[in-house]
Amino acid sequence: MSIAITTQTICFTILSLVILIGALGVVLLESIVYSAFLLGGVFMSVAGLYLLLNASFVAAAQVLVYVGAVNVLIIFAIMLVNKKEDLKPINDIKSRRIISTSICLTLLSLLIRVDLTKVWSLSSPNNSIGEESTIRIGEHLFSDYLLPFEVASVLLLMAMIGAIVLARRDVLSKDISTGLPVDQELIEKTSEPLLTNKN
Amino acid sequence: MMNLESIPIQAFLIVSSSLFCIGIWGLLNSRNAVRVLMSIELMLNAVNINLMTFSSYIDNNLIQGQVFTIFVITVAAAEAAVGLAILLSLYRNRVTVDMESFNLLKW
Repeated sequence: MSIAITTQTICFTILSLVILIGALGVVLLESIVYSAFLLGGVFMSVAGLYLLLNASFVAAAQVLVYVGAVNVLIIFAIMLVNKKEDLKPINDIKSRRIISTSICLTLLSLLIRVDLTKVWSLSSPNNSIGEESTIRIGEHLFSDYLLPFEVASVLLLMAMIGAIVLARRDVLSKDISTGLPVDQELIEKTSEPLLTNKN
Repeated sequence: MMNLESIPIQAFLIVSSSLFCIGIWGLLNSRNAVRVLMSIELMLNAVNINLMTFSSYIDNNLIQGQVFTIFVITVAAAEAAVGLAILLSLYRNRVTVDMESFNLLKW
């Protein structure tokens, strides 16, 4: 990458601050809708980190798949299940919090300890292949990673069918609200929506 | 092009580790099932940052880490779709998204 080191450092600092603060907001904020939008910001910043690492194709894929699909899906799910409810208090919540926080801090200290060791023989990312990386990924996908690529397509098909089967309603023979028999034709007609005043 | 200094690899790794631990904390402590799914996405992103960092710093000629990241993104998209479908189905049966009320398998 031909950007000066100071620019890289400034970009990296801003992006990682946005990632960490956004992630803390995702897990700590009270409102789930704010969490979902902050999650979109975290995904965008991760895409920025990928750009800093000379990976433009993966950055584009990150924006398309995560921000464009996963985040929108999460927002739709929130819209479908968003109901104000008073959660029942748990009596041993404090000990749970203490135990889980200590587990996380221990894991974090272990990981950082491993991160700070210098056992890797590093080549500088400055002489990376840069723009050619998209071509290289394509070559990988159609030569030595051909089998995982095909399996991934089957996986996506299975996930699509599974999501449809899990999320669809059971077909009813009688209308819930009016009690009249439902006509099962595919053409949509104007009728009372099934879910009025339910929930 | 020939400047040899760059951001140390440890900086990326520390960001990735912190993001992973925040994800685990959210996974363990959330009561809302949607937030649990969001925490899983955070953890998958941390893993992706790790793979991309090593791909760029160690293997920057044959970028196999980037291919792995593409596959992880694919699996994460499938996981999000199926997870949210399960969540909707749970909500239809239990009329709540509180994790504490999904205790059918508790012994």
